[in-house]
Amino acid sequence: MKQEFTITAYTENHVGLMGRIAIVFSRRKINIETMNVCPAEVEGISRFTILINESRDVVEKAVKQIEKQVEVLKVFFNTDEEIVWQEMAMYKVPTKVIAEQVKVERLLRQYGANTVVIRHDYTVFETTGHREEIDALVAALQPWGLIEFVRSARIAVIKASEGIHKAVMEFEAAKPSEPAIENEFLDQRDGVFTM
Amino acid sequence: MQKTIEKADTTLKEVPVEVEAPKTHSGGQVLLEAFLKEGVTTIFGYPGGAIMPIYDALYDYADKLQHILVRHEQGGIHAAQGFARASGKTGIVFATSGPGATNLVTGLADAMIDSTPLVCITGQVFAHLLGTDAFQETDVINITTPVTKWNYQVTDAEELPAVIAKAFYIAGSGRPGPVLIDITKNAQLQKIAFTEYVKCNFIRSYRPKPVVRPEYIAEAAKLINAAERPFIVFGQGVILGKAEEEFKVFIEKSGIPAAWTIMGMSAIPTDHPLGVGMVGMHGNYGPNKLTNECDVLIAIGMRFDDRVTGRLDMYAKQAKIIHLDIDPSEIDKNVKADVPVWGDCKETLPMLTAAIEERKHAGWHRKFIDCKKQEVEKVIHDEVYPETDTLTMGEVIRILNELTKGEAIIVTDVGQHQMVACRYAEYNKSKSNVTSGGLGTMGFALPAAIGAAYGDPSRTTVAVIGDGGFQMTIQELGTIMQFKPNVKILILNNCFLGMVRQWQQLFHEKRYSFVDIQSPDFVQVAKGYGIPGKSVSERDKLTDALKTMLEHDGSYLLEVMVGKENNVFPMVPQGRSVSDIVLSREEI
Ligand SMILES: Cc1ncc(C[n+]2csc(CCOP(=O)(O)OP(=O)(O)O)c2C)c(N)n1
Repeated sequence: MKQEFTITAYTENHVGLMGRIAIVFSRRKINIETMNVCPAEVEGISRFTILINESRDVVEKAVKQIEKQVEVLKVFFNTDEEIVWQEMAMYKVPTKVIAEQVKVERLLRQYGANTVVIRHDYTVFETTGHREEIDALVAALQPWGLIEFVRSARIAVIKASEGIHKAVMEFEAAKPSEPAIENEFLDQRDGVFTM
Repeated sequence: MQKTIEKADTTLKEVPVEVEAPKTHSGGQVLLEAFLKEGVTTIFGYPGGAIMPIYDALYDYADKLQHILVRHEQGGIHAAQGFARASGKTGIVFATSGPGATNLVTGLADAMIDSTPLVCITGQVFAHLLGTDAFQETDVINITTPVTKWNYQVTDAEELPAVIAKAFYIAGSGRPGPVLIDITKNAQLQKIAFTEYVKCNFIRSYRPKPVVRPEYIAEAAKLINAAERPFIVFGQGVILGKAEEEFKVFIEKSGIPAAWTIMGMSAIPTDHPLGVGMVGMHGNYGPNKLTNECDVLIAIGMRFDDRVTGRLDMYAKQAKIIHLDIDPSEIDKNVKADVPVWGDCKETLPMLTAAIEERKHAGWHRKFIDCKKQEVEKVIHDEVYPETDTLTMGEVIRILNELTKGEAIIVTDVGQHQMVACRYAEYNKSKSNVTSGGLGTMGFALPAAIGAAYGDPSRTTVAVIGDGGFQMTIQELGTIMQFKPNVKILILNNCFLGMVRQWQQLFHEKRYSFVDIQSPDFVQVAKGYGIPGKSVSERDKLTDALKTMLEHDGSYLLEVMVGKENNVFPMVPQGRSVSDIVLSREEI
């Protein structure tokens, strides 16, 4: 039976690793619903949060394949019940409607939206929450001239995550991260002789 | 408060000057120095614009590093694979950017699936040109990501020593595999201060082998001790783990019949009394059939490939499964293990041996012997002692066995001849069977045999190749001509793409669609390359012809014309259970 699984991977911050991880899914024709990559609490370590809809068996195998990658430190996978998760969304609506329509204002308050930007032509709101809540507000704003909408990938903390932070710190203590090496020659086109 | 006037310090102080270490080595030289420290002796490769600085450096290392100029990069990487498989060391291949690098892809995929340790070096355009569609630029890192254990692009020579060290460590440790290092031209040319090369033995995010859990060993031993009909299937993990001796001790104490996968072949001598043959689609009758009768199946360093298991939902369902593997992602991947024994079998096997009772399992063994008898009667006898007009592949291998006495390295290509060679070849030593197992790459054998001849020059290397596969990398005859590795080329010519023809005959109503392949006069072709040869089609000349080939000082090509429509049996028909293995066409 397919269900939502959130995969959390701690990795080195290395060029190309995202491709290696993505291949684990694409190769099995598993669709990635959302993927968030960010620096973890320790410099040089990244944290991937990947949301997929699959059966436990398939997820387990994919996770083992991710963990097998040389630059991956540790991978977890969890069902929705085992995590606390959030998505963030931004909604751009005409300022005129907000100013004139009490209904819209009430709606935004009801959903706990915060104002990010107010301009004379449009206003941007932000909410954080679960998929359904965000979807509901999108639907509600639609009739009022929603101009643009965007939402972030899921991020999640694992409920039973005793010791993860400590483990990350220990990884760093065992051997500090190496800085990611980028192509420092990219902007030197004119100065370099080529053959 | 008394004021004192501080006297100015007039003595000359030595200002510490940051003396920059002299830039002594180019990136190319650093690479070769690193190779020497890693014990590299032989490199296979093909030059080009983007790898020229490395080749320039190589010019000065000619007395320390042997470079074999192949005729195609695919040949280069297969040769590196053959070298690795015969020697147990890491194989090395060089290629230039763009087309050179893309020509490596088949070999990378082959090495990846067969866990062959390789360090592949590709040249790349200057770092400032990356991503501009420069001449001969391809995105080698992204192209090769799915088929490498690890890959990395070096854009600055300062990175090189650490990256090369890491590459060797990753390629050769844990479950081995191919690693590719792409080096931009500026990094090859760039001079750096280089004094010391430090080998790598730790990467914080990399666990080459899992920690052995003694509780699983105990559990496995308990199952084995209680088993009535235990059965072992072993793979290349035994060879890669250099655990042949530990494995032998284990089976001899346990008394359990042991079958090999095509990749595990030669880990124990073929005539070992506990060896019961090969599993898989064209494996032996007994081990396939009895897989579905054993009560405990002990899988050692093998990965339950679908060519081994046949239909998964009918594979050893009655048995408790114990799976020993170094790669945790193999456990439960295809077949669910009741007891997973994570770890290097070099460590786990002795632990298991210590925990089991000494047994004989004579009654159970008899079943394998009975099956063998049936297989000999129905298939083997006629295949190796035929009375047909035409020669059979089986009799060629039988005579080859008689002449080489199990001492040769046999490198096979892909097709019917591969299955026949693997079914009938006899081996005394480990690392004697070099074949493309997981990928089934036609064109593998000729270059791989060249590599194997360098990997273990003390032994005779015989490449057994079909008329189809030979034409895929036939240009490597040029490499043999120039560098003279001692490779015996044995072409089993059935004038067909035989294995495909067999399937068309059995499963596509004999609609022989494009399997009729014309070949040049192979003996003349070889002659053109300065390699002597002969073609035989008569039974009474076969032994002498094989003898001539083996006794010839240097490479030799022998073409044997075999029956055009002979088939390989037994066979587990696609999509069927291993116990549905058939001995003849009539049973399909
Ligand atoms: C590169 C590649 N292309 C196609 C195949 C599919 N294939 C498998 S066996 C075979 C026929 C091989 O014919 P030949 O080399 O003459 O050997 P034979 O089976 O006759 O012994 C083919 C085409 C393959 N394995 N590899």
